[in-house]
Amino acid sequence: MNSFKGVVGTSVARPQARRFVFGRGRYTDDLRIAGTLHAVFLRSPYAHARIEAIDLDAARTVPGVVAAFDGKAIASVCAAWTAQFATLPDHRSAAQPPLAVERALWQGQPVAIVVADTRAIGEDALGLIEVQWHELEPLPHPVATAVADPAHPPLHAALGTNIAYERCIVAGDPDTTLAGADRVIKRRFQFTRHTGVPLETRTVLAEFEPGLRRLTVYQSTQVPHQMRAIYAELLGLSEANVRVIVPDVGGAFGVKLHLYDDEIAVAAASMLLGRPVKFVSDRLEAFVSDIHARGHTVDASVAVKNDGTVLGFEVDDIMEMGAYSVYPRTSVGEGLHAISLTGAPYAAPALRARLRAVFQNKAPVGSYRGVGQPIACGITEHLIDAAAAELGIDPAEMRRRNFRRAGIDPPKTAGGIAAGDLSHQRCLERLLQLMDYDGLCAERASARKAGRHLGIGIAAFVEMTAPGTGLYGAAGVKIACSDGCTLRLEPSGVVTCVTGATDQGQGSDTGMVQLIGDALGLDFDQVRLVAGDTAVTPVGGGTWASRGLVVGGEAALGAAHALRDRLIDIAAALLDVRRDALVLSASAVRERDGAKSLSLAELGGMMHYRQDLLPSEVERSPVVTFHVVPTGLIANGIQASLIELDPESGFVKPLRHWVVEDCGRVINPMLADEQLRGGVVQGLGEALLEECRYDERSQLQNATLADYLVPMASDMPDIVIDHVHTEVTGTLLGAKGIGEAGTIGAAAAFVNALNDALRAFGCAISEIPCTPERVLRALRRVP
Amino acid sequence: MKFAPFDYVCTRSLAEVYDLIEARGPDARILAGGQSLLTTLALRLSEPSVLLDIGGLQELRFIEERNGAIHVGALTRHCELETSPLIAARLPLIAQAMPHVAHAAIRNRGTIGGSLSLADPAAELPACMLALDAAIVLASRDGERRVRAEAFFKGLYHTDVRPGELLVRVEITPLEKEWRFHFAEFSRRRGDYAMVGLAAAARGPGPLPEELRLAFLGCGDRPVRAREAERVASGSASAPRAERYSALRRALEKDLEPQSDPNASSETRMHLAAVLADRAIEALSG
Amino acid sequence: MNDSMAARPAPLVTVTMTVNGRSVTRSVEPRTHLIDFLRNELDLTGSHLGCEHGVCGACTVRVDGDIVRGCLVLAVQLEGARVETIEGISASGEITDLQEAFVRRNALQCGYCTPGMLMCAAEFLRTRPSADREAIRDFISGNYCRCTGYHAIVDAIAETVEARRSAKGRGGHR
Repeated sequence: MNSFKGVVGTSVARPQARRFVFGRGRYTDDLRIAGTLHAVFLRSPYAHARIEAIDLDAARTVPGVVAAFDGKAIASVCAAWTAQFATLPDHRSAAQPPLAVERALWQGQPVAIVVADTRAIGEDALGLIEVQWHELEPLPHPVATAVADPAHPPLHAALGTNIAYERCIVAGDPDTTLAGADRVIKRRFQFTRHTGVPLETRTVLAEFEPGLRRLTVYQSTQVPHQMRAIYAELLGLSEANVRVIVPDVGGAFGVKLHLYDDEIAVAAASMLLGRPVKFVSDRLEAFVSDIHARGHTVDASVAVKNDGTVLGFEVDDIMEMGAYSVYPRTSVGEGLHAISLTGAPYAAPALRARLRAVFQNKAPVGSYRGVGQPIACGITEHLIDAAAAELGIDPAEMRRRNFRRAGIDPPKTAGGIAAGDLSHQRCLERLLQLMDYDGLCAERASARKAGRHLGIGIAAFVEMTAPGTGLYGAAGVKIACSDGCTLRLEPSGVVTCVTGATDQGQGSDTGMVQLIGDALGLDFDQVRLVAGDTAVTPVGGGTWASRGLVVGGEAALGAAHALRDRLIDIAAALLDVRRDALVLSASAVRERDGAKSLSLAELGGMMHYRQDLLPSEVERSPVVTFHVVPTGLIANGIQASLIELDPESGFVKPLRHWVVEDCGRVINPMLADEQLRGGVVQGLGEALLEECRYDERSQLQNATLADYLVPMASDMPDIVIDHVHTEVTGTLLGAKGIGEAGTIGAAAAFVNALNDALRAFGCAISEIPCTPERVLRALRRVP
Repeated sequence: MKFAPFDYVCTRSLAEVYDLIEARGPDARILAGGQSLLTTLALRLSEPSVLLDIGGLQELRFIEERNGAIHVGALTRHCELETSPLIAARLPLIAQAMPHVAHAAIRNRGTIGGSLSLADPAAELPACMLALDAAIVLASRDGERRVRAEAFFKGLYHTDVRPGELLVRVEITPLEKEWRFHFAEFSRRRGDYAMVGLAAAARGPGPLPEELRLAFLGCGDRPVRAREAERVASGSASAPRAERYSALRRALEKDLEPQSDPNASSETRMHLAAVLADRAIEALSG
Repeated sequence: MNDSMAARPAPLVTVTMTVNGRSVTRSVEPRTHLIDFLRNELDLTGSHLGCEHGVCGACTVRVDGDIVRGCLVLAVQLEGARVETIEGISASGEITDLQEAFVRRNALQCGYCTPGMLMCAAEFLRTRPSADREAIRDFISGNYCRCTGYHAIVDAIAETVEARRSAKGRGGHR
């Protein structure tokens, strides 16, 4: 009788994918709303300049131009904002206006908005705007302003310094520990600025209804509820009068997680004009207006004993911040992760880690996939390999000897991370087996005899997932770390899930449907999902920090259990059997060992139309809602990279890549693996290709997709994935996040593999991306 | 970014093209496949007042053998060069180079005339024309004139095309059977413009080349024949690799003037040019 | 920026082409590229703009049977041409097997690159079908995907090549 087979843990294909393969995705720019106008922005051509005057009159005369506003006009309806955390009182942060007023602080900062019948007409009009600029000196490199010239005139005079934030973590008496070391290995690291480059650029369509003073914003965003709160606050609207709707999102990766000046200016323009206004960032302006990420100059060292024991790490990170701290999350999370997670997989007790986050006349730096964790991993794993090489210890063995041991080492890492029960050791052993480590080492040796230079690199990592309210709530920032799920049994017996989580293609939607279906004994296609509309869905955090399925799925599962219990209560009364004799299976509540049953369609029908038939002593509502407050879950894993170096040209080709990851229970193995693969390639992009190249005037030199090199198919390897499953306790779901794991460890594994190959030439590289020129310089083949 | 506004004329004959070039002056641009022109317009790097579309002039779209030479019409698309049996048989260097030109969707529209007229120093076809000593045929109302490839490319995006002229075809006399060909380039990613590339040809009945042609791309303001390196290489084909690299490197210092740009310093380009030359000789020997 | 041009749009040009089997005539500004034409004039929103300067491949469509970058073609160049988009080749059933393979293998996440990627993969299947992973990677290397890391896309294309080959071997319709 019980033919129902659950689908949690199986690789169910994403139903939503069927829309996309037929070209039926509906992204924000695909919406058609009558009367929509198009916004374009005049952006500062200078990294730092005074705006002496702006003349918009000529632009306003262009046929098809409806309006043009400067910063003062937009400021009349939109307040400035300052990114601050109550929990980081030392963070110095300045107020950022929607459009630059009086001074532009980076090349690309919006200065004026033109609203026109078409984007093309708006662009024509931009050419007629006259601005009297007075160019100012941009800030020099952060290392100069932080170390060499701390008295340099500050970008934000009121702050008194260019150092936006400074933090030092000291653990385990580093002075004494390091004094007892046999060797201290030091390196200078350079992690270049990158940016996210989602294929769909940032897009927003704001529609203000003046009669009701209601604002509806259709937006390509990860965080509808966060944006609703921000729009209400800064535009002086009641939160109840702001609705944010999220159509399909064409990639985000952290880029679509922040308040952007141009986006809120579009909402302001819609308020000023009483018309729907759309802004589709073009690719060129995306490069100078999307958040950037990374950008660290790090001096770091590891102290070891001759027997291979790692004693501790020292890190001094000077992090690039851009012109403002990004609202509302600030820009310092990147640096905090970088210093607090250095050394995290290892038992070494000592850590001295210093962070200085420094203002620049460049695009703001914000949270991008991995958020500082790839930096911590890159530093740590490079140093571990360097130490192993100096001591003549195999890199895998070096890790085996030094990984934290669950239940033996203290529950917190030197950096203060509660990473006590991680499976580094098991992941390593599984990885070595998966990649046939010994076989590969032999292959590398025989290749070298044949004149080919292969390199093998390993990198272990931890991943901070699904953080709790301590992160934002306690900081006084209106970002929900919780998520909610409402389940509704429909009259037809189908269940509708309304979730606060958002999905940009990762598959968290599918995971939730799997969980709900299994819990309610429903086939996968008997669950419908609604998301991405603040007027409809429970308040929730959305997608960031590898939390979508972990928090959204937990809420879905909690709601499903509550609905299941309610249906059993009702069915027990109607069928006159004991509750514990009933189960949900194959779209019905059934007697476990009997013939009685009530289908969900029968129950749904009664719960909507025939409440008179239901027992009065049980709850009869067909709707349940469940909210989840996560407390943060730390995942871990390990990656390996096999590369081939052409030492004559400096070109490096990734040949194969492996990941072993431990996120506990895997809800959908295929989708989890594809999260890892996509993340790995983003990490390899950082390692090999991607960099925001600025000149000495802080002008971005490569702001086109032809010049900013993203990884394409032919540059990338096949990626082998496996999992280790450590039980996660304390949640219904038993799963940790996985969204950033690939990105966190990939660059480190790649660079270690390259350095393995470079070791034959007595050199190493500690700057990414590893361009052919940088490799040739390391090889001393070019100056 | 959207294109700035322009007028558009779909031309029906060469005579009409000549008239329009004259009438509309220097603000007119010829639109062939559009793969480079429209890219520069998309960045609003140039804003011509009118585009003269020659795409419909079927008489400029052919690959034929005439009197022992291969004639390629200006509107011949990259994909047609890539798959032409005649090109594969008679001009294998071009067949080797074509897969390096961008990607299939670009090759389906990009034309040889457009590529040569643009004269991007990092493009593949101009260097091939140099290595094969092609004649570039320019036509105007006054008739046709032939310009040897080496004289045609005069600088960065600068050619010998005079006002009123249109590149209508190239003529290439295939080298005899004793010639072997090799095309290679270093580009950051497949299909990207090359950092440095080399179109090479070698003649020799035996395993070692007796005569060499080395035409570099990405090593200056135009494609460059490296005559000093050709001379040195012909004599050092059998030398040990390290010695040969050094000799080539010294010679290339005389031949090439690569510029520094954010992708690579001039030293890096010079080094990569020497690596390519050395590998080409290896590949063309035996 | 030429000041006089900004205030004086170029005269409209009337163009007739066949899009997905249907003849359409529109008067457009000469500067209208094919993707804006498809999206704004015909509401065919399956073709996307990712960079609008010829690099990302999201705008890949077919013109007269061959794939092109739609952002590097003007609508006015296409008088009399035959244009096919993802909507058209989906309706015709030409790539149903490929689309199924993409879904089954999760060869897409956000879906934004997918129409262009499918157009490109369809050209590969038509012109040089091979299950060789390097050949597939080379051919699709003009189409940017930020989400998948490409591995699953290569799997889906290779699987379709194999399936078509064995269907042919069994005397199937392909």
